[in-house]
Amino acid sequence: MTDRGLELGVFAALLAVLLLLGFYAARWRRPHTPQSLEEWGVGGRAFGNWVTWFLLGGSMYTAYTYIAVPALVYGVGAVGFFAVPFAIITAPMAYVISTRTWSVSHAHGFVTSAEFTRARFGSRSLAALVAVTGIIATLPYIAVQLIALQALLKTLGVDGEWPLLLAVGTASLCTFRAGLRAPALLSIAKDALLLWLLLSVALLVAMSGGWTAAFRGAGVRLDGDASPATGLLLPQGGSLGYLTLVFGSALAVFAYPHALTGILAARDRATVQRNTAALPVYCLALGLLALLGFFAIGQGVRPVGGDLNTVMPQLFHEAFPAWCAGIAYAAVAVAALIPAAVMSIAAANLFTRGVYREYLRPHATAAEEAAVSRWVSLLAKVGALAFIVLLDPRFSVELQLIGGVIVLQTVPAVVLGLWTGWFHRYALISGLLTGLGTGVLLLWRVPQRAADGSVVKAHFGGSNLPLSELGLGGGGAVYVGLLALAVNLVVVVGATVLLRGLRVPGGVDLTRPADYYADAGDGAAGRAEELIDGRSARSPAHAR
Amino acid sequence: MVDRPGPARRGRAWQSLLLVPVLAPLPVGLYNRLEPRLWGMPFFYWYQLADALLAMLVITVVYQATKARRR
Repeated sequence: MTDRGLELGVFAALLAVLLLLGFYAARWRRPHTPQSLEEWGVGGRAFGNWVTWFLLGGSMYTAYTYIAVPALVYGVGAVGFFAVPFAIITAPMAYVISTRTWSVSHAHGFVTSAEFTRARFGSRSLAALVAVTGIIATLPYIAVQLIALQALLKTLGVDGEWPLLLAVGTASLCTFRAGLRAPALLSIAKDALLLWLLLSVALLVAMSGGWTAAFRGAGVRLDGDASPATGLLLPQGGSLGYLTLVFGSALAVFAYPHALTGILAARDRATVQRNTAALPVYCLALGLLALLGFFAIGQGVRPVGGDLNTVMPQLFHEAFPAWCAGIAYAAVAVAALIPAAVMSIAAANLFTRGVYREYLRPHATAAEEAAVSRWVSLLAKVGALAFIVLLDPRFSVELQLIGGVIVLQTVPAVVLGLWTGWFHRYALISGLLTGLGTGVLLLWRVPQRAADGSVVKAHFGGSNLPLSELGLGGGGAVYVGLLALAVNLVVVVGATVLLRGLRVPGGVDLTRPADYYADAGDGAAGRAEELIDGRSARSPAHAR
Repeated sequence: MVDRPGPARRGRAWQSLLLVPVLAPLPVGLYNRLEPRLWGMPFFYWYQLADALLAMLVITVVYQATKARRR
């Protein structure tokens, strides 16, 4: 048996076992009432410390990060490392933000952030807009997961689209049946493989001369080439771009629908809080893999067909024994399928609660909601798959870039709204729309430059806008998402002052201050039914 | 209406500790350097990785401190 054959065999066998496990998930922790969105979409809000930790790790640290971050570090050096501090600072931020989100969602039975904005600002147009923005941002994110899987299969030398279709099709069926339980169970198995991968990586680096040798080799290439943007350290004037990317991406995490899904599945407030303390463990894993980009340079790894996403799979192939490479491939493949599942669930929930129940069937039953979400989740995956099979994959990467910028525009309603109900509903809508427009327009103006400074691609070449494009001096750049968010916020605050001055009626805030501290046991889930029927939430039934 | 103002306010004081790991990546000028190295790793990288350990520590402290007060 050749090395490739063994690699492929181990990979295929492990993947098959894991997908079988996904089917078993339908029986795992089977609820008494399986036919509701609460059960299918957020696992009955019953996950404890461990399952929540694995699920959050599985949905936030995606195969795309495990493949694209080292690839970026391999390509440009220090700038590519931004993903690590960005991931780290989300943990302390989540301790404050996600705990509040969990409480208010628990008190009102929300499954998505769109429902929260509906209740907080009393506007279903705003909720629908938040839902649609979330869905549009999520779909290309699903697509890039599948691209990561495709890059893996490409390195393995598997031709044709059918293996991709088979893997994604099977994973979608698991999700269709078991809902959030499938990715939760798979995450646990995936982390066992990931741990194996990390140990192998640590051993590999130690046996090849350690980090000293890796950084020496990387320094020769990165500091030696003509481009000023690459190197072991950030280039002159590169701090602003780096920092805005770190903080902007961290904020966007709290606006992405799939991040919320894992949080809402937690059993109580303490579970959320304890989890944020343990989540940076994943950052260390991500950091180690990111540094592997430097190691790959030192080892002289060349990407397959110029596609940087194949650098990591190629490194595994060249440096590991075949069976071990097979395990690594399986870990990355499952790490692609899990977030794809959670994202499709999150997008489906947004559609069901933000659009279907608001506009199409206001009196949809719990069973009907679950059924709609199931089919939409399937549709989301098929759509993403069609996207990458039929269109140029580069297109999905561009859309994912745009996705990150546009999802950030829901931050005023979704994140700041947790602390203040002062914003006027129409102001939030105008701010969101302005932010979306600004973001896409600015991204369009970002060129991609080759090492010698020539323009490779005129538009959508990255997410950092050179300050010279804005007519400002200096060689720095700034993350477009944060720039658009600033414009968005100015509009929101200005329009709120104006609308309140003109006495245009704002929406009715159906949340109470105590809701943001609610814990399991106080306040029944399911209050959303009443919000939708238009009855006041301040009814005696909820007075405590 | 139960807003639990007392514990919430004291909890907020503890929570401001969380700003330390969040703001740690801010002084780029300070850590954008090669030396001192740790296990051959330039300072730029291990400083930022160390923030993960700091975050875990701070969150644990804040959690334990506010949990004790809640009871």
